[in-house]
Amino acid sequence: MLTEITRKKIDGELKKFPIDQKQSAIIAALQIIQTENGFLTDDLIALAADYLDMPKIAAMEVATFYNMFELKSAGKYKISVCTNISCALREADDIVCHLRKKLNINFNEVTKDSKFSLKESECMGACGGAPLMTINNHKMYEHLTPQKVDQILEELD
Amino acid sequence: MLNNNSHKASINSEVFPICLRTSNLEDSSSLQTYLSIGGYEQIQRILKDKISPEKLIEEIKISGLRGRGGAGFPTGIKWSFIPNDSDGTKYIVCNSDEGEPGTFKDREIIKKNPHQLIEGMIIAAYIMGAQVGYNYIHGEIWEEYESFEKALAEAKKANFLGKSICGLGFDFELYAFHGYGAYICGEETALIESIEGKKGQPRFKPPFPATYGIYGRPTNVNNTETYATIPWIIQNGGESFANIGVENSGGTKIFSVSGHVERPGNYEIPMGMPFKTLLELSGGVWKGRKLKAVIPGGPSTPVLPAAEIMKTTLDYDGLKNSGSSVGAGSLIVMDETTCMVSTLKRLSYFFYEESCGQCTPCREGTGWVYRVIKRIVDGKGKPEDIDLLLDVSKKISGRTICALGDAAAVPVLSFIKHFKDEFKYFIKNGKSMMDANS
Ligand SMILES: Cc1cc2nc3c(=O)[nH]c(=O)nc-3n(C[C@H](O)[C@H](O)[C@H](O)COP(=O)(O)O)c2cc1C
Ligand code: SF4
Ligand code: FES
Repeated sequence: MLTEITRKKIDGELKKFPIDQKQSAIIAALQIIQTENGFLTDDLIALAADYLDMPKIAAMEVATFYNMFELKSAGKYKISVCTNISCALREADDIVCHLRKKLNINFNEVTKDSKFSLKESECMGACGGAPLMTINNHKMYEHLTPQKVDQILEELD
Repeated sequence: MLNNNSHKASINSEVFPICLRTSNLEDSSSLQTYLSIGGYEQIQRILKDKISPEKLIEEIKISGLRGRGGAGFPTGIKWSFIPNDSDGTKYIVCNSDEGEPGTFKDREIIKKNPHQLIEGMIIAAYIMGAQVGYNYIHGEIWEEYESFEKALAEAKKANFLGKSICGLGFDFELYAFHGYGAYICGEETALIESIEGKKGQPRFKPPFPATYGIYGRPTNVNNTETYATIPWIIQNGGESFANIGVENSGGTKIFSVSGHVERPGNYEIPMGMPFKTLLELSGGVWKGRKLKAVIPGGPSTPVLPAAEIMKTTLDYDGLKNSGSSVGAGSLIVMDETTCMVSTLKRLSYFFYEESCGQCTPCREGTGWVYRVIKRIVDGKGKPEDIDLLLDVSKKISGRTICALGDAAAVPVLSFIKHFKDEFKYFIKNGKSMMDANS
């Protein structure tokens, strides 16, 4: 069962669409559920589909199509670094190397203590702030240097 | 912070903010600030004086405004395509999905001047007879998505949105919709699919969104910057806007400058400014280095070598004559140390990763191109690889449902055209020409 809070949040999103078009809220619903749970499981995706009266397979297609959804257990803090061209020109590679060494993991891996995971990301539409990363999708950190990365990670418990 | 405008304005009075005109003001994104510069007066004047949609469309046509999302289609003409006789709901959508590398202007509008975008959308809704609108914001700029929700709430509370706007009898609801990591959703029919709660796969056209859009209803899609320009045009007249720019390129345009410059950021400038001047505004090439090349409008526009771009003016005709295009105004600047082969590898990976997979030439071709360039960068290139890259790219172009396929071919063709020696060198020596001395 989806929790009361989750359902309230999804209901808020449903207000944006005609009553017979609940499926429009699937991206938002999966986002809400993932933000609470850290990642999406088949069961959670099925619950979202049920709640929006849509076929499970259609919800699954959405969950697998959009890159910001996680279908495997991610770290408590998922770090996504943009390595696309504008970031690459501003030495995003140095940030990636630094994170790899510091966390001792590669892209798509999770640290042993499950605290961090690392992802390579495409352009985040914020290239003026390159190099940059997001943590858990919703918080962006720009103009990174290795020192700044250290500072940011230190502040996470 | 990406950059700040006060800084820009003081460097050069040629900067002319329209979309970003609140940027210098304190609390630039608040309703109060927008009201203080005459915000929401245009929609009230239109409703009070019952100015006809035809008259407003005429004004927009005179302005010469062309869509700022990349294709540059004249906005006034586009708006006259929406059938104004149909019953039932019509939609307007703002495309804030920017995810083409080098593009970050719409984010700044949403962050700094959201109410001007909202007023632009209300005016558009009035013109096209739409009752409902969505602003589709890509998920990576979550903080802007949330701040836009706040701006909507403010506007609603002040009765600029909702039932009978300002008590003047026009109803319009506007909502924020977030993507969650799919560049292809910037393509307008993929975006419509996404709003319907599906995978973002572009539709076959026709039918076009103007007749068959969201839930099969007439739908108009424009870029964020396009809508945000409208209140200024209505306030000052189409001719004033056209007079700011040059022939065929009316008004101002935001250029997002990224890569190897001292001050990356958004610069809203009159169309027709020499590239050279904008390079100076953005602090010049960083670290005192020399300019090598510039992608002027995002990777779907051809790269230009330094000698060419330094002669070019930034407007539709200027860039076209130089062999490129304005695109979304995403200038990616590369200094003399840049390896064009590795840069192309990263761009090719992007198109391969973001292809939605529906059309065989795009799905297979982008993967093939990426693998060949990767092989070159790994030191295993063969002399015939250059022709192979050109051949595969040409075969993707023009054979796909959406323009991503064409876009994917552009960097391959233009990088090889202008920097063929670097590709040859890499293949022959198994290393970059930039590492020649090491
Ligand atoms: C692959 C692809 C991605 C696109 N991404 C965007 C985008 O992020 N923002 C945008 O406004 N237009 C984008 N477009 C263009 C839109 O399809 C559409 O033409 C545009 O939103 C129309 O608005 P305009 O006339 O105001 O430019 C994209 C097109 C393609 C083929
Ligand atoms: S061209 Fe590529 S991205 Fe566009 S519809 Fe075809 S496969 Fe999808
Ligand atoms: S290239 Fe990294 S945010 Fe655009």
